Amino acid sequence: MRRILKYVIIDIVKNKIVVFYTILIALFAWSAFGLEDNASKGLLTLLNIILFVVPLFSVLFSTIYIYNSSEFVELLLSQPIKRNKIWNSLFAGLSVSLSVSFLIGAGIPLLIYAEPRKALMMIVVGIFITLIFISLAFFSSILSRDKARGIGYSILMWLYFALLFDGLVLFLMFQLSDYPIEKMMVMISALSPIDLSRILMLLELDVSAMLGYTGAIFKQFFGTSLGLVLTFFLLLLWIVVPYVISLRKFRIKDL
Amino acid sequence: MRIALAFIIFIAINGQSLAKTIRVGKDSPFKTIKSAIESAQNWDTVLVYNGTYIEGNIEIKKSITLIGKDLPILDGSKKYEVLSVKANHVVVKGFKIQHSGYASLDDPGGIKVYNGNHVVIENNLLYDNFFGIYLQYCKNCIIKNNRVIAFGKEEQQIGNGIHCWKSDSLQIIGNKLTGNRDGIYFEFVTNSVIWRNIADKNIRYGLHFMFSNNDAYFTNCFRNNGAGVAVMFTKNITMMNNTFEENWGDSAYGLLLKEISDCYLGGNKFVNNTSAIFMDGTNRIRVEKNIISANGWGMKIQANCMDNVIEHNNFVGNTFDVSTNGSLTLNSFSENYWDKYEGYDLNKDNVGDVPYHPLSLYSVIVENTPSAMLLFRSFMITLLDKSEKVLPSLTPANFVDTRPLVQSIKL
Repeated sequence: MRRILKYVIIDIVKNKIVVFYTILIALFAWSAFGLEDNASKGLLTLLNIILFVVPLFSVLFSTIYIYNSSEFVELLLSQPIKRNKIWNSLFAGLSVSLSVSFLIGAGIPLLIYAEPRKALMMIVVGIFITLIFISLAFFSSILSRDKARGIGYSILMWLYFALLFDGLVLFLMFQLSDYPIEKMMVMISALSPIDLSRILMLLELDVSAMLGYTGAIFKQFFGTSLGLVLTFFLLLLWIVVPYVISLRKFRIKDL
Repeated sequence: MRIALAFIIFIAINGQSLAKTIRVGKDSPFKTIKSAIESAQNWDTVLVYNGTYIEGNIEIKKSITLIGKDLPILDGSKKYEVLSVKANHVVVKGFKIQHSGYASLDDPGGIKVYNGNHVVIENNLLYDNFFGIYLQYCKNCIIKNNRVIAFGKEEQQIGNGIHCWKSDSLQIIGNKLTGNRDGIYFEFVTNSVIWRNIADKNIRYGLHFMFSNNDAYFTNCFRNNGAGVAVMFTKNITMMNNTFEENWGDSAYGLLLKEISDCYLGGNKFVNNTSAIFMDGTNRIRVEKNIISANGWGMKIQANCMDNVIEHNNFVGNTFDVSTNGSLTLNSFSENYWDKYEGYDLNKDNVGDVPYHPLSLYSVIVENTPSAMLLFRSFMITLLDKSEKVLPSLTPANFVDTRPLVQSIKL
């Protein structure tokens, strides 16, 4: 497994796109902190970028990479190697390289400019988002052999979580505004990893007071250490579930 | 003329010789303040030396000057009202007054003045009392340079720093108020001025007006209170040159205006508040030359506000500049600087050629559906806001600054 992992990582790094991605994230982060006069605002700007760019890049790059390495996978399958190992090392390779580039790109300015606790939270959230969308990429690319269709699924998934979901939530809020829906909203927000991480971050930043009554309920739920653990558990589920489904499919797939 | 001068000198010399100074302290003829006050006449001075005096309730019924030297401590042992002033022309200066009793019926205070005229309370430290300084039915009193520290945890458990009730012509100057319910509380107080005070970390309000007309507060600082200042059911208040900052939290406001009219709000600074200015049932107020920056909401103007004029203010870096809860707009905005303004100015007269709609779609949504705040900072919302700016449909069209400034006003 270690050897396959090594090949995958070397392959990704040779690709250079990941290097550009690192530089891009770094540029975003440095300029976010450079343009805003206070660190907390810079953090908010960076949060927006992270929640928008990181998922898009992670999901697209991973999907395309998985499709492109299908020949490599087939070659490996002709060897006496367990299928789990191949899929795992592919996942691990992508995860390690994209997480490291996020760490280098956003982590350094974060640790320099922001308060340690907030910075750490942001880094953890960013890495979780990266892993979740890599996992979703695995899920969508196993759904179909057709490359165009697989990439299509990925883009749709990103669109859904980044844009559509919020629109739906807004619509739901309008429809049900006469009812006490705050608690329900807590549950619903768990259905989108991007929303979950955004709210988690907002509660960590001192804008939480602005969230009013709803925010107070959220704080009651997410602000406690139990809530924090629960949130991270939910995020972890978002990584594990799509990946495990894809792994199962891969194990029995006729290649 | 000469006769008058002679008369004045005569009075002065006589006055001085008549008034004596009574000393209280360990090595002095009087050991207790009570006994000293008892033997004092009107216009005498009682000089109290350093030490701790636990004498229960000390009553002053004569027009005397009570001066503490090196901050002597008067202790109410958590049972008594410490100092009760029940005469005119009393001066209380330089004491540390601590541990007054707690009672919700007769509101014991560190220093309580009953029906006093021309009372001066200066340079005292009021520490851990129920009420700090309490004035009722007073006139022409001066409360100056006192420090009121309390350790209130809940609103019901603690009184106000400086509490004034049914009084007139007071001067509250240079006090520091921390940890009380309200820093300064005015109820039925008229023609009074509040100047250069600092109120911070009070549980409810830094400064609170109820039914108190014709007052003014200048150059005060309200930091980190439940709400900075609340002006309620009042007319003709002048508010100038104050700083409202870090009043941050759920339902925290920099300035809360409720059912008030004919006031002036100018030259103030609102920084880092959850809501800088909240207006509810507010009429004919002039809001000008204020700096409103880095707040969650710059102004929340409820639809029941009328004929308010908002001019020449700087709105910088607020999440929402303005929000309202209805579509009715009876207030006028003009020549403000909005940092979110994206128009142009072709003739370079510093007035933008395109009107500015300060009300964002999202602020309207949040006002109607508070739980939509969950989508705060979501990309979807940013998109919606942008399209609403181009084609206003949900936000009231007459909520507009027709002459927005292109450059910020130097204030």
